[in-house]
Amino acid sequence: MTDHRVWVYGSNVNTDVIFPGKYTYKVRDPKDFAAHALEDLDPSFAPNAQAGDVIVAGRNWGCGSSREQAVIALKYAGVVAIIAESFNGLYFRNCVNQGVLPIVCEGLAQVTQTGDSIALDVARGEIRAGDQRFTFAPPPPSVQAILDEGGLLPMLQKRFRKEVI
Amino acid sequence: MTGYTFVEKALARAAGRESARAGDLLDVRPDVIFSHDNTAAIRKTFLQIGAERILRPDRVVITLDHAVPAPTTEHALNHAEIRQWVREQGIGHFFEVGRGICHQVISEEALVLPGEVIFGSDSHSTHYGWMGAFGMGVGRTEMAALWAAGELWLRVPEAMRVTLSGRLQRGVTVKDISLKLIGDRGIDGGAYRSIEFSGDALDHFSIDDRSVLPNMMAEFGAMNGYLPPNSLVFDYLETHRERDYTPLYPDADANYSEEYALDVSALSPLVALPHQPDNVRCIADAAGQPVQQAVLGTCTNGKYEDLAAAAEVLRGHKVSIRMVVIPSSSEVLKRAAADGTLSTLLEAGATVGTPGCGPCMGNHMGVPAPNEASITSANRNFKGRMGTTDAPIYLASPYVVAASAITGCITDPREFL
Ligand code: SF4
Repeated sequence: MTDHRVWVYGSNVNTDVIFPGKYTYKVRDPKDFAAHALEDLDPSFAPNAQAGDVIVAGRNWGCGSSREQAVIALKYAGVVAIIAESFNGLYFRNCVNQGVLPIVCEGLAQVTQTGDSIALDVARGEIRAGDQRFTFAPPPPSVQAILDEGGLLPMLQKRFRKEVI
Repeated sequence: MTGYTFVEKALARAAGRESARAGDLLDVRPDVIFSHDNTAAIRKTFLQIGAERILRPDRVVITLDHAVPAPTTEHALNHAEIRQWVREQGIGHFFEVGRGICHQVISEEALVLPGEVIFGSDSHSTHYGWMGAFGMGVGRTEMAALWAAGELWLRVPEAMRVTLSGRLQRGVTVKDISLKLIGDRGIDGGAYRSIEFSGDALDHFSIDDRSVLPNMMAEFGAMNGYLPPNSLVFDYLETHRERDYTPLYPDADANYSEEYALDVSALSPLVALPHQPDNVRCIADAAGQPVQQAVLGTCTNGKYEDLAAAAEVLRGHKVSIRMVVIPSSSEVLKRAAADGTLSTLLEAGATVGTPGCGPCMGNHMGVPAPNEASITSANRNFKGRMGTTDAPIYLASPYVVAASAITGCITDPREFL
């Protein structure tokens, strides 16, 4: 179990409010993406987010464009997991490929508020919020391996460089 | 216990599992993977990974189709780099400039088969649902990963059942069915879902008709599209196939998260107005809009029957605006040349380009000037899609494209049939 502070949002949060399109060609260093994370939805997020934070949301998180920056911005803001009732498909894949854990879980957004703390056990697929317990399907080993390495590219780099040596 | 959807069965098979359910995360081993002009970019990522050899080059297909023949030196260099890579890696299936668009060529060559899984670094990889295969688009990094490791993780999607009943009226096509569905439910109406078609309307579809629906599901946000394969499909694939296969069908009691039903006999021709494929109007509301260019082609509607439909409208008429015809493959071109379809199009004043993507994504061969409107049989009309930002794009069936080419404004094709 690890403890995490949560940021709670609603449904249909789209990639434009997660990382505004106007910055896609202007801001090039991924570390600078974080300053604009969620700026059109919650201006208090970027200045206050900390390493280890988790986002809790309703349905269809990350709908809109396929822009990977919408995951990278949250990642560099410190977000390690996003727990939503459902995800946009591309966003879900982008999360894993960028090393941010996406968790599909219903009901958590209704019982938590921004600033609350939750306990997360990824291996067991368990979340505790106050005295309530939620479950989710833990990622299979292959996806967990990608997450552990920080994403698809670093994972493959490690694997293939090792084979070469 | 409820039955399984097509997508649950297909992905379980490709992951080497007994069964799978929507929501399961699987490591899927596709039967075939492919890329096109973006192969050189994928190669860079592949080398960055540190991999050296493609794992199963015999199951890799590469087509040159997006900018063919090369319009600039840069494009030519890109093609040259890809040819070199094909030789180095011993890629099993390589198709040169002019053979056609990836989806059409792979279908004609029967390189993927019913029940199989195919991933392409192209968003319209949903196309292969026409034969009852699972086709999905992947990103370039993911394609590099597939070259290196041969598998990709996937979350099994929920499925939506689309039941089509009745028979299309004359002048109305499967393109109109696709536009109707997308217009009704919006461009994210099928988000991350397997769109599984059923119903008696499908019995009347030709091979060319069948591919329009799953191809257009890319504009619906879907992960894939699926039509149950029938004897027409099996016969089509028979001469070229090199493997055995087992077609897959959803169970009658499969669990669909959503249903959509449509009586297609009530449909009239439709048009998607700029700048989204779900901005759909019936022909009566779109008619009269002036257009400066008509484009017939693309992986959606550049097939033989599409050319034949346009010829039907154009026979005995002349186009009043420029009309660019790009057959989706050399086979299509051959067939259209052999039976006179091509000469009908040329007689009417249309011009014909090299089989490939043509101006679909704005590379060349029909890029519009600013403020010039195009009517096209393509799938996507986002702003700037054809290479020029302020050039509005209207999407419609080959019939509508041909009729509009005669009059110079959007026109109901039934006037000419
Ligand atoms: S014809 Fe258009 S949509 Fe089809 S593969 Fe080519 S560029 Fe993509």
